[in-house]
Amino acid sequence: MDPGLRRRIDALWRIESARIVAAVARIVRDVGLAEDLAQDALVAALEHWPVRGVPDNPAAWLMTTAKNRALDRIRQAALQRQRNLELGADADARGEHFTPDGSEEADQELDDDLLRLIFTACHPVLSKEAQVALVLKLLAGLTTAEIARAFLQAEPTIAQRIVRAKRTLGEANVPFEVPRGPQLRERLAAVLESIYLIFNEGYTATQGDDWMRPALCEEAMRLARMLAGLMPGEREVHGLAALLELQASRLHARTDAEGRPVLLLDQNRAKWDWLLIGRGLASLAQARSLPGSAGPYELQAAIAACHARARRAEDTDWEAIVAAYDELAQVMPSPVVELNRAVAVSKARGADAALPLVDALASGGQLRDYHLLPAVRGDLLLRLGRTSEARTEFERAAALARNRREQELLLERARATLS
Amino acid sequence: MRVMVIVKATADSEAGRMPEEELLLAMGRFNEELVKAGIMLAGDGLHPSSRGKRVRFSGRERTVIDGPFPETRELVAGYWIWQVRSMDEAVEWVKRCPNPMPGESEIEIRPIFEPADFGEAYTPEVARQEARIRAGLSQG
Repeated sequence: MDPGLRRRIDALWRIESARIVAAVARIVRDVGLAEDLAQDALVAALEHWPVRGVPDNPAAWLMTTAKNRALDRIRQAALQRQRNLELGADADARGEHFTPDGSEEADQELDDDLLRLIFTACHPVLSKEAQVALVLKLLAGLTTAEIARAFLQAEPTIAQRIVRAKRTLGEANVPFEVPRGPQLRERLAAVLESIYLIFNEGYTATQGDDWMRPALCEEAMRLARMLAGLMPGEREVHGLAALLELQASRLHARTDAEGRPVLLLDQNRAKWDWLLIGRGLASLAQARSLPGSAGPYELQAAIAACHARARRAEDTDWEAIVAAYDELAQVMPSPVVELNRAVAVSKARGADAALPLVDALASGGQLRDYHLLPAVRGDLLLRLGRTSEARTEFERAAALARNRREQELLLERARATLS
Repeated sequence: MRVMVIVKATADSEAGRMPEEELLLAMGRFNEELVKAGIMLAGDGLHPSSRGKRVRFSGRERTVIDGPFPETRELVAGYWIWQVRSMDEAVEWVKRCPNPMPGESEIEIRPIFEPADFGEAYTPEVARQEARIRAGLSQG
């Protein structure tokens, strides 16, 4: 086949596959089967288009072909069981509602299908890693090979994970629907977490890693924006979109020319992505305009926004950051949040205001093995002129650090207290 | 990857003729689709070049030229910034765009440079220099 045509079909597939799988899943009520049938449509395109040419509306062709396969499947099953399925009662099952020029109702129906697909892929019967793999496969349209490369796993491992996940959904008879009522909160949190995990997998990639890993950040942002379009009234969805865009805006500034990490306050802000910052701030404003209270993603976005708004590190509004951490500690209580809050307090009100907070955390014992606790404490002690205590803390932190680069940095700080 | 999608000017757009309501609605629907797909990062329409200015460089000389500018087909009437996975994907999306002008028109897609695009040439020295330049620009 002409390689140009092959690339074109691949591109079309990536744009359309989620919607096709979603629409077919509503007919056959089985996500695994829906994906197989959608794949059949792709194979049909690969067979027909090189010979007969690409149809005028290739997206509609793929959709109709996949839906027809689904109908065939249902009719066959009905015949086999000698039972009358209520085909006539279900307009969807005739595939008639799909109009290539996209009436508003058809658009709405497709949006609903996409949402059902997202919630099904993130159903709690599945492990978190299975949810993430399914989201990338079904919603982002990535191939198994691409997902494997992104997660530094062998392709058969990912392939098996996806097959098992689809089987689990089938066996558990997971309904193809968007949960309602109080269930929605919990299930939406799982969806958002999957997208956040995808982003983080890309964000933690280091320079020289396969390009597929950083591409995960783009996929996650795309999914978050898509979800924001599908659920415009959900505050925390906009909060997540804001958080991802604001974090991604610093992607290129967080390592130096030699690939060493650069701390936020030392970053060259000219290298931040101001287009993403503008988008992130707009998403945050959108979240804040909605009723309800701020969730953990929105609050983390609010903290990131305080940094993004400061053109120079010294312009940072640390009191606003402390206030956001106060709220975050309420909705997501965690000693790590408390530690970050203490750092913000030290910037806003001085080291002597923050030290008691860190001491309280240290005596709480929950962060006993967390190297950043002694690292922060050492920093505060140093600022208060208590150098020998600071050195002990830096050495303790170095002993706890798992990453060699961080260990070196901490030992260097311990040595520096002597000079 | 990011692309800039450039809507080229026509005699109509240069004359400042506003599009018909029907086209505006169709364009609105297309924009909505882009937003829903999560690929739209930015986009705007531009006033005709009669309201633009150019600065021409020649050695140390700078000459300001007022619009309108003659080569209509090479002028820009509007743009989008999209985040897509490939040029092929960008082409597929552009094909779905309603014809942005009455009559003949053209849309151009150009990939935006990213650090990785410099490949081998993007040595630590070049990266340092770029950082210096950008830092200087931001202070200016």
